[in-house]
Amino acid sequence: MSVQGEPVAGEDGARAFVTPEGVDLRLKVGDASARAWAFMIDVAIILGLLLAISLLVAGAAWASKLQGVEMVGVVWVLAAFFLRNFYFVGFELSPRAATPGKQAMGLRVIARNGARLTADAVFARSAMRELEVFLPASFLFARGSGVDGWLVLLGVMWTIGFLIFPLLNRDRLRLGDLVAGTMVIQAPKRRLLPDLSAAPAAGFVFSREQLEAYGVKELHVLEDVLRLKDRRTQTAVSERIRRKIGWSEPLPTSDEAFLSAYYAALRGRLESRLLFGHRRRDKFDRA
Amino acid sequence: MAELHLKSHRFRAEREADWRRLETLLDRIERRSATAASADELLEIPVLYRQALSSLSVARAISLDQGLITYLEGLCTRAYFFVYGARTGFWERVTQFFAEDWPREVRGLWRETLAAGVIMFGAALLAYYLVSVDADWFQAFVPGELASGRDPAATAASLRATLYDAPKDGRTGLSFLASFLFTHNAQIAILSFALGFALCLPTAGLMASNGLMLGAFIALFASRGLGFEATGWLMIHGVTELFAITLAGAAGFAIGWRVAFPGELSRIDALAVAGKRAATVMIGVVIMLFVAGLLEGFARQLIRVDLARYAVAVTSLLVWLGYFYLPQPERGR
Repeated sequence: MSVQGEPVAGEDGARAFVTPEGVDLRLKVGDASARAWAFMIDVAIILGLLLAISLLVAGAAWASKLQGVEMVGVVWVLAAFFLRNFYFVGFELSPRAATPGKQAMGLRVIARNGARLTADAVFARSAMRELEVFLPASFLFARGSGVDGWLVLLGVMWTIGFLIFPLLNRDRLRLGDLVAGTMVIQAPKRRLLPDLSAAPAAGFVFSREQLEAYGVKELHVLEDVLRLKDRRTQTAVSERIRRKIGWSEPLPTSDEAFLSAYYAALRGRLESRLLFGHRRRDKFDRA
Repeated sequence: MAELHLKSHRFRAEREADWRRLETLLDRIERRSATAASADELLEIPVLYRQALSSLSVARAISLDQGLITYLEGLCTRAYFFVYGARTGFWERVTQFFAEDWPREVRGLWRETLAAGVIMFGAALLAYYLVSVDADWFQAFVPGELASGRDPAATAASLRATLYDAPKDGRTGLSFLASFLFTHNAQIAILSFALGFALCLPTAGLMASNGLMLGAFIALFASRGLGFEATGWLMIHGVTELFAITLAGAAGFAIGWRVAFPGELSRIDALAVAGKRAATVMIGVVIMLFVAGLLEGFARQLIRVDLARYAVAVTSLLVWLGYFYLPQPERGR
């Protein structure tokens, strides 16, 4: 029950992940762009909160006529520290195991060995962020000339290595993931979509040859086309299918009705063959 | 068409209500916490989860409805992490951390702790010697903003004032100083942990530079006959703080060591194991630094008697040593 790291054939970025019940969940690795966006959202939230706190603190300082400057400073320094270090830890320890940014991008953090995600793992991956992000950021703000300038340049180059590290491995692990034994997967909330075979339009009868024209791959493309509900695509797809299966009669109703009827019939045909143990991968699969 | 509805459609229609039930429960729990569900509902989830899993494997075998299969995969993934992510209550977790996890991991790092301590105090001795011989070394070891006037050019009287007088009001109040020092030290400690993976070297460097600073300070005060007083001034909080920084360095070493010598595990697995254990120590280190910040900001400025300062220092040392290294009674589980 761990992420075996072996890519599942035919699926992009999917990893075999077998539960104790013996079912493979086929987890998908969170891709780099989604993670970058998630991080930017989180940074924006942190900066927003800091700005709000600064305004509050400034307001308090003004209202107290500079008497409580010290308290104000304490509040600000501590708030900045806790936000910077515990924002990620707090959210990743919640049942969703994701910061608001990750939630928005449909990502979550898991332990690579499939066990539960523990507080120490989350803390380790957050502490490493110090090195991967905040240190380069402080290099960016550092100004120096002469030897200092060269040091800054070296520092920047060194940290760029960390920034592109996730791009160099298959599981998009950043250094923190490596140290904590975690990884980030796609776990978007999906709604159950209606079954397209539920109500096929009546009035279409397909012969066996016409249903032999396609395999599972084309069926799935057809499913996407039907769910997308884009009229122009549907017309184009419908024309191609009719040409392919030699459908000469004019359509009694819309292209969509034709497509949904053909989808239901094709799925019925392919599924009944599936029950007999044959999965026809695509239209070239002639067996 | 052979039949009005496909088998896969009937399959789905029969089970759909259970899936939706599981989804609603998970939604509620993820939005708040496990306490948002009643005991009956919590018992229901594993049953529903296994049903959904079996639906998923059947659906993969008989259904070609892509939407259904991705839905079930998503649902099962969410439920899996709920069912197998064993949860303990927050306070239970906190108690366990202080009673078992933290001291155990600190004890486990004793070799690294020793190494970090030797590096830091060795550097301190070296700096003490160098600064005693030639006061110009002081500038090399202590950055200007930390020295804040305590440098070789200062008079004995002004140095004495920094040890006993309250800071001038306004610019650096006590509590502001405490919170600033706490966050500063915590950031240093986290950095020395995070740098450990680079084969221990940067961590060793941080430990050494910290030790150099310490030695230089004491040497400076000792040269004006204030060595005893300055040590008391430093150690009232320094015992806790230096112990915490040593532990942070030890945590960094533990990680770097595992990267270099992974043992029987693969390098990545060894790193993950060491990283999690070291992180447990690090959570404790942040807490220790918080205590040190309080001692530094309040106790040091409020207690002005040398012997009292030493008493606090020795007590805190004994407390930490006893807490970490005294054998603990076996706890029945």
